[in-house]
Amino acid sequence: MMDTGIATPAPAAVEIALPKPPSVARRMFGHPGLVIGLALLGLCVAMAVLAPLIAPYDPYTQNLDARLIPPVWLEKGSWAHPLGTDNLGRDYFSRTLYGARISLLIGLSVMLISGIIGTTLGLVAGYFGGRVDLVVNFIITARLAMPVVLVALAVVAMIGGSLLVVILTLGLLKWDRFAVVMRSATMQVRSLDYVAAAEAAGASRLRVLAGEILPNVFPHLIVVATVEAGSAILLEAALSFLGLGVQPPLPSWGLMIAEAKNFMFFSFWLIAIPGTALAALVLGINLVGDGLRDVFAPEGRA
Amino acid sequence: MLIYTLKRLALAILVALFVSAVAFVLLRLSGDPALAIAGEGAREADVEMIRKTYGLDRPLPIQYLDWLTTILRGDLGQSLYFRTSVWSLIVDKLPVTFLIGGLSILFALALAIPLGVLAAVFAGSWIDRAALAIAVVGQALPTFFFALVLMMLFSIQLRWLPVSGSDTWWHYVMPTIALGYYVTPPMMRLVRAGMIEVLGSDYIRTARAKGLSTTSVVFKHGLRNAVVPVVALAAVQLGYLLGGSIVIETIFALDGLGYLAYQSITHKDFPVTQAVLLLLSLLYVLLTLAADLLNAFLDPRIRVA
Amino acid sequence: MSGTALTPRRKASLLEVKGLTVDIRTPSGPLQAVRDISFEVDRGETVCLVGESGCGKSITSLAIMGLLPRSATCRAERLAFDGIDLTTIDRHRRNDLRGNRMAMIFQEPMTALNPAWTIGEQLIEVHRRHIGKGDKVARARAVDLLAKVGIASPAERLGQYPHQLSGGLRQRVMIAMALMCEPELLVADEPTTALDVTIQAQILRLLADIRRDLGIALLLITHDLGVVARIADRVNVMYAGAIVESATAAELFAAPRHPYTQGLLACLPRPGVTMAGDRLGTIPGVVPSLVGGITGCAFRSRCGHAVPACAAPVPARTASPTHTFTCVHAHVGEREPA
Repeated sequence: MMDTGIATPAPAAVEIALPKPPSVARRMFGHPGLVIGLALLGLCVAMAVLAPLIAPYDPYTQNLDARLIPPVWLEKGSWAHPLGTDNLGRDYFSRTLYGARISLLIGLSVMLISGIIGTTLGLVAGYFGGRVDLVVNFIITARLAMPVVLVALAVVAMIGGSLLVVILTLGLLKWDRFAVVMRSATMQVRSLDYVAAAEAAGASRLRVLAGEILPNVFPHLIVVATVEAGSAILLEAALSFLGLGVQPPLPSWGLMIAEAKNFMFFSFWLIAIPGTALAALVLGINLVGDGLRDVFAPEGRA
Repeated sequence: MLIYTLKRLALAILVALFVSAVAFVLLRLSGDPALAIAGEGAREADVEMIRKTYGLDRPLPIQYLDWLTTILRGDLGQSLYFRTSVWSLIVDKLPVTFLIGGLSILFALALAIPLGVLAAVFAGSWIDRAALAIAVVGQALPTFFFALVLMMLFSIQLRWLPVSGSDTWWHYVMPTIALGYYVTPPMMRLVRAGMIEVLGSDYIRTARAKGLSTTSVVFKHGLRNAVVPVVALAAVQLGYLLGGSIVIETIFALDGLGYLAYQSITHKDFPVTQAVLLLLSLLYVLLTLAADLLNAFLDPRIRVA
Repeated sequence: MSGTALTPRRKASLLEVKGLTVDIRTPSGPLQAVRDISFEVDRGETVCLVGESGCGKSITSLAIMGLLPRSATCRAERLAFDGIDLTTIDRHRRNDLRGNRMAMIFQEPMTALNPAWTIGEQLIEVHRRHIGKGDKVARARAVDLLAKVGIASPAERLGQYPHQLSGGLRQRVMIAMALMCEPELLVADEPTTALDVTIQAQILRLLADIRRDLGIALLLITHDLGVVARIADRVNVMYAGAIVESATAAELFAAPRHPYTQGLLACLPRPGVTMAGDRLGTIPGVVPSLVGGITGCAFRSRCGHAVPACAAPVPARTASPTHTFTCVHAHVGEREPA
């Protein structure tokens, strides 16, 4: 047996204290995309909520003497109608404000309906696996094979267009992404130890789903929800543009663009304003979704 | 590989059948086909007779099976609105839609791949952020709005391109851009994510250790591996584009499948609507299958097992 | 610790490393992965860099090859290959050297080859890039080399993909790939660590044969003293980013001077000496964090001979013209002769 003298180390401190990682709140405010997104989204929400207070005119009131007045920054524009008027003399600023309500309402309600359907399907498929998973997968594939726009058009053509019909139709059609993402997230979480622990402790299936799995797939859920909300808003706009969505005289931004199409050559602002509003709202929602995902799980950035 | 393909093919057919059934039920529920055939203001007796002649008084499942067997024989029925065979209508309009869809995907790939590679190679830099910003804005822009903006800019203001119609290749430029830009961001992100992952792998380090040029490392070694899922996604996106071209075709007055579907829906032309729905879902399913096969083929680990 | 006198000056070394320092940017601050090290590799010589995980030996090899990640900055008093200054060389000339006159093989054969291209293509492209005498010549050479590294039916292997080969075979292919352009220096970063023990021995024997037949200089990075014993001419022992002892293999195993080297050797069972039931040595403690830099001897937190003087810059000592080490003590717990 050799003696190398390496028995008791002399404790010389060579450690350095590492700085603490930034808190969640700090990460949120340090993320430029998230901040811009929240600002845009906040602006639209403010427009929608405060519309009755800020709108200078009633969005439905026509004034045939004041048709096609340009916005204030073009010549012949005036502050009386800061964003101009449309072909029926309705004030565009007021219509744009009220249009925010429709878009936000659509986004929110479709997200909720499709979210509930899709999340339930995804959770169930991911948790139970086996035959249940096969069936759900088949349903998802079948739903993906259906061209959403066409089916929505067909349904609306049948029943007649209205806000409620559009919401229900889109809600019942657009749950696929929720289902797919929730399914894979559930499968990942499911195999983790604390789920097994809960099951071993005898918790009922429902309890495990609600108590263990749902809280942990929540970040994924938020991200998909924002994407789907934005997508629903764009879909409604497209349907209304084709005349098979919300019906006039509701100030849906998509409908406003459709109505303005015939006048677009000389009055392009009639299209530009609601179009930009749509883009800004969806951009805000997407940025918020991306930002939240980055804050919760930065490794997945792309 | 073969068994895999056959299994997926079987699944594809099952899905298509299921979708056709759903479409069938949906449309039958929309109203009375007999009434539509008879026309407005027809007498009750006439409608009843039509119902019997077309077998529309039988139970729904029987009608479906009947319709299915007819379809399988290749008979898609008669269009109520156009008064010609549905088959001839589809054959007539399909090429336009295929052309736009195909060109749009190529356009999207031509944009997504270079942008994604640049963003990945310079990850974290301003180039990367700019590319992501373009992607994010692109996904927020409504397709029909963008189409109208393009039309305003290139047809009206600059007069470079024709406004609408489908006579020359120039007519397809704006529709391709309008349709293609929307599917570019997801593909760009996939290229970027794939490249970032690939560029960090060991075999890239080996390639650099061999003194290969940057081009060779990035493209021959990097992109070759990263692009596999992108091609698969492109196939799926194509399916989506074929179904979503309805708006673009309407705006640019292109006589394709989407516009046909729109017309048939607004005129309650059931045979055409059903046929188009069935065709599009079948196409989508086949394209998804093609995507899977492409995936398997492009990866030597699966192809040469 | 000054980088000037660790190895005695030699004439016309193939690889000269003097005062090499590599810093890595981390979220917590700069990490000194390699701290002012110096060593040389002569033509045809086998030099080993030994140390435990995280001691900086791999980073050193990457710095020499110019393959450091973007977050790393490298500076050296002198870093030269065959007299060519590698610190000032431009990117294109660097690329011309890599794979051509200086080649590298890595630790993980399973992931080091591109799954999308055939073995043949990956072998040929190096030749095509640097020698450029046409694919036929390259092909012939590839077949020749595959045979030399002990792969059966080499011509058929060219058309195969990496996933069709086992780990040992892949490592042989890596070696063949490194030899395609007849390099003068082969840098091998833990080439046998990821392989089965029996395959390890084969690969080592292969490397020794190559070195003998082709006269290549070999810089071998390893944590395994057993590997060192089989193949090294000279050994540099690294700890926490610095070289603590440098000697010929014979000197190192016979009379290690640095407490860390002694500790390492104590961990190895010696056939004929270590009896069943004996306890193997261990080195208690962990490697210190290299973030923010270290003053004095980095080993003092684990050394049984540490004294207050160890916190100050440590002197370099010479045990023989070819044997140097850095320690406060001149003589520490000498081992009994084997």
